[in-house]
Amino acid sequence: MARFRILVVEDSPTMRQLITFTLKRLKDVEIVEASDGVDGLKKISAGKFDIIFTDINMPIMDGLKLVSLVKNDPANKDIPIVVITTEGGQEDRDRALALGANSYITKPIQATNLLATATQLLKIT
Amino acid sequence: MSGPGKDEIESGQIHSGEEKGPSLKSGDEVLQIIKKGAEFTQELLKENERLRYRLVQAEEENFSLKKRTVKGVSGDELSKLQNRLELLETEKRQILERFRQVEDENKNFANRYLEIENENNNLANLYIASYQLHSTLDFKEVLRIILEIIINLIGAEQFAVMMLDEKTHQLNAVASEGMAKEDIPPITLGTGVIGNVAKTGESYFKEDLSHRGTINPADPIVCIPMTIKERVIGVIVIYSLLQQKDKFTNLDYELFTLLAGHTATAVFSSKLYSESERKLSTIQGFIDLLTK
Repeated sequence: MARFRILVVEDSPTMRQLITFTLKRLKDVEIVEASDGVDGLKKISAGKFDIIFTDINMPIMDGLKLVSLVKNDPANKDIPIVVITTEGGQEDRDRALALGANSYITKPIQATNLLATATQLLKIT
Repeated sequence: MSGPGKDEIESGQIHSGEEKGPSLKSGDEVLQIIKKGAEFTQELLKENERLRYRLVQAEEENFSLKKRTVKGVSGDELSKLQNRLELLETEKRQILERFRQVEDENKNFANRYLEIENENNNLANLYIASYQLHSTLDFKEVLRIILEIIINLIGAEQFAVMMLDEKTHQLNAVASEGMAKEDIPPITLGTGVIGNVAKTGESYFKEDLSHRGTINPADPIVCIPMTIKERVIGVIVIYSLLQQKDKFTNLDYELFTLLAGHTATAVFSSKLYSESERKLSTIQGFIDLLTK
């Protein structure tokens, strides 16, 4: 069994593959993919995760709603959430952080940035 | 040193020559005792002086011995020690020099590691872009993947994919992001920036990337031809980048190169596949009609 379980919620298969491909470089991780917020919630209710990476703009349920639901759920509120989006404005960043997101990464993502954020939030030494 | 014993004095057994009567005899005896006491004191003083002298001698000897020890070392031994010291100093300098070299090597390795890390990341992006482009034969799906790559890997905000109609020699927008396809008028081959890119097959990069405000469909910041060998089948036109993206990196240029070739083959093969599927279903329809 992997030491860390990571959930990647992203509607774009290209981005999902890129994020997964990058995060697989961390040692001892299991990555689960979800294509939108609802799918993400299903995966969260089905198993424990150590960190969630989510896009903001997604069909069915966007990333901000997902952040809000997870952070208001006593069972999952402590899971760190990293928001990944094309929105680079300070307002979007503040909105995501106000809802409880732990970190914020803008597209196009840098692999080093993604890995550094995951390492920091998972407290990997 | 010798003197009268305490017992002798107390018992009155000390005599001083002749007996001259009891009182006189006792006075002489006392005088004798005093004399002996004085002599004894003198002897004590002499002994004290002698001992002091001996102490001074001992101190001098001690000092001389110490001095001799230091003087002894400053001879051959000191020279040997100096040589050893020089040798050690040389070794220390060499070790420090080696340490600096190793430090420089470490820095070089660290820089090289970062470069390789970047290369690795770039290759991962290129691999994924290429993998996704060729993951389907559905034309619409290919167009969606092209849009995804341009948004997510390059960081473009407003852009379009235009295909060349070989009959009319016009470029028509078939997909767009951040703007409506209808807002991009058809462009004749060889006309303007976009038309020239399609005609020459040479990519176009505008120097000033800070394109903000109203978009002029004829004035892109980037235009990439989609080519199969020398043949241009369409162009990717970028009008503006995401807010946080202010310049292109080496990876972006690599991606543009990849897009130029791979999008063309992906689009072309998906179109061919769609046509062949359509033809196949038509033929199948005829066969079904004939055989029934």
